[in-house]
Amino acid sequence: MKEKIIEVNNLQTSFYTHLGEVQAVRGVSFNVAKGEVLGIVGESGSGKSVTSMSIMKLVSYPGKIKSGEILFRGEDLAKKTDKEMLSVRGDKISMIFQDPMTSLNPVYTIGNQIIEAIIRHQNVGKDEAREKAIEMLKLVGIPSPEERIDNYPHEFSGGMRQRAMIAIALSCEPDLLIADEPTTALDVTIQAQIMELLKELKNKVDTSIILITHDLGVVADTCDKIIVMYGGLVMERGSAQEIFYTPKHPYTMGLMKSIPRLDAGDDGRLIPIPGTPPDLIKPPTGCPFSARCPYAMKICTQEMPGYTKFGEGNEAACWLLHKDAPEVEVDTGVVRGDVNAK
Amino acid sequence: MQNKEVLLEVKGLKKYFPIKHGFLGRKTKYVKAVDGIDFKVYKGETLGLVGESGCGKSTTGRTIIRLYDVTEGEVIFDGTDISDLSQRELLPFRKKMQMIFQDPYASLNTRMTVADIIGEPLDIHGIASGEARKNRINELLKTVGLTTDHASRYPHEFSGGQRQRIGIARALAVNPEFIICDEPISALDVSIQAQVVNMLDDLQKNMGLTYLFIAHDLSMVKYISDRIAVMYLGKIVEIGEADRLYNHPEHPYTQALLSAVPIPDPDLTRELAKDRVILEGDVPSPLNPPSGCRFRTRCQYAKPICSEEMPELQDIGGEHQVACHFTGKLIK
Repeated sequence: MKEKIIEVNNLQTSFYTHLGEVQAVRGVSFNVAKGEVLGIVGESGSGKSVTSMSIMKLVSYPGKIKSGEILFRGEDLAKKTDKEMLSVRGDKISMIFQDPMTSLNPVYTIGNQIIEAIIRHQNVGKDEAREKAIEMLKLVGIPSPEERIDNYPHEFSGGMRQRAMIAIALSCEPDLLIADEPTTALDVTIQAQIMELLKELKNKVDTSIILITHDLGVVADTCDKIIVMYGGLVMERGSAQEIFYTPKHPYTMGLMKSIPRLDAGDDGRLIPIPGTPPDLIKPPTGCPFSARCPYAMKICTQEMPGYTKFGEGNEAACWLLHKDAPEVEVDTGVVRGDVNAK
Repeated sequence: MQNKEVLLEVKGLKKYFPIKHGFLGRKTKYVKAVDGIDFKVYKGETLGLVGESGCGKSTTGRTIIRLYDVTEGEVIFDGTDISDLSQRELLPFRKKMQMIFQDPYASLNTRMTVADIIGEPLDIHGIASGEARKNRINELLKTVGLTTDHASRYPHEFSGGQRQRIGIARALAVNPEFIICDEPISALDVSIQAQVVNMLDDLQKNMGLTYLFIAHDLSMVKYISDRIAVMYLGKIVEIGEADRLYNHPEHPYTQALLSAVPIPDPDLTRELAKDRVILEGDVPSPLNPPSGCRFRTRCQYAKPICSEEMPELQDIGGEHQVACHFTGKLIK
């Protein structure tokens, strides 16, 4: 069993708006081992980004971490002050954001921004930091880094900006990298480059990664473990294979059926999930998915089900899995494709 | 396919955007967003238009519907060249051609009620007024899966998927024949995307609509389209029937594009990843596109001829056209 880099226990984060308390994250637990990639899958408003912002303690007013533990190598980040967090952020835990244009500072050169991170956390001089910054740009595949280091963000293309962000994030060799929709703003061919780079870096540096995305293809391609979030809660967790081939929760099954596959023969109609996600100001008392679930029973709207375990790290929260639940015929997940068929 | 009726034909379409320099505002350079493309759209079909950002796919859509003026070339809709008609002359064609936009938050006027948004095209074209207008709006709302209660509300009261439905209802108001869907689902959540795509599919079947479906999500485009055209830097590099294009991509760019899409199947996608073609570098600037074949700077098969001559689209049988000097000669 590998060392657990981070362990989140029953995290709850809310935003106190004038409309009332928005319970964005309502009790989320997970852990990530060294060198492991955890995927957090969910729709907008499912709480996946707020979960990652909570780990970094970047949730700002009117948001607040209500309760829960964020154990990073045994230390509870939830209890740390803002000042103490400064030595964690960027050094031990780094983050890559969705939009590389808004997360880089347009008035500083790319080099400046990487050097800033290195000097802030490492005991090195300016020249040495510049050397290191050039090395990082080379590592993330920026051509002629000696010259490009003095460019401003607007002189970089979208893919190169995201590479520069990754260079900043990795410059201090973090133990944990949180990537929040790192490729959503990028084109597929650039997405393939960035994902390949992340995989390579993981293998080289043994960094743990939390990958937040709604793209199930990217998740299937990269993640070891997956948690599926809905309405601020974890609906199901398991290995990539368990989640895709044998989903246990109706929401996971619904997701799998609502996306087209590039390799599929035609004409299988997509099966959408009806309705829209719940309002988190007044979250439903029972299972948040019950209003859209084709199998919903009376109890589903009254009480949130507990987790039913299927194996090490594979569990789902659904009343259908309860021992007293009626037998229903459910659909299976993705049918494993044959490589030789193509 | 052969005996199908052509609804829209685009011939040598070009759209250049000038860049102004100096204080006199001289036009010194042009962004060649669309640089000479030809294609046909048949009645009742869906033609998918794919490509990466900046390849000119949205400009193509907007130029066809004349939101932009045509720099050069012809847009023949139902037998009439509309490329240099005046705005007044265009009005009857605006009834036949409509557009659905990408961003359901930006494409609806926040100060208008849903009824007025959907009713506006009815007013402009003088289709219905009074009671008839109200009935038509209610009918349209039902067609797109909303209820008549929604008519008096404002756009901010709706979710992204519902707003996109309002945008679709507005496009349908004039009973169009042809709809340009410019990334209609890109801003929506995965579970909502399927709802909208299925609805577009049903509308097509029930109303005999023809779509030009512009998107960058290849899986979705392949799902919804009968034929697909692939664009790169203002040019069409390959066009063909959807399944055939996926199973036998001929152009090196199409091949790279398809192999870059991860498939939601962990074991399969990891196996396929071993042979994944990862393109190097970025798309060159359309201000200064490479000579000859636009793709040559990133193409692993590029030879000297590729920089000297621009390959033209060539028919390789089965309504499949490819623009590459080495079509059929590449070792895969």
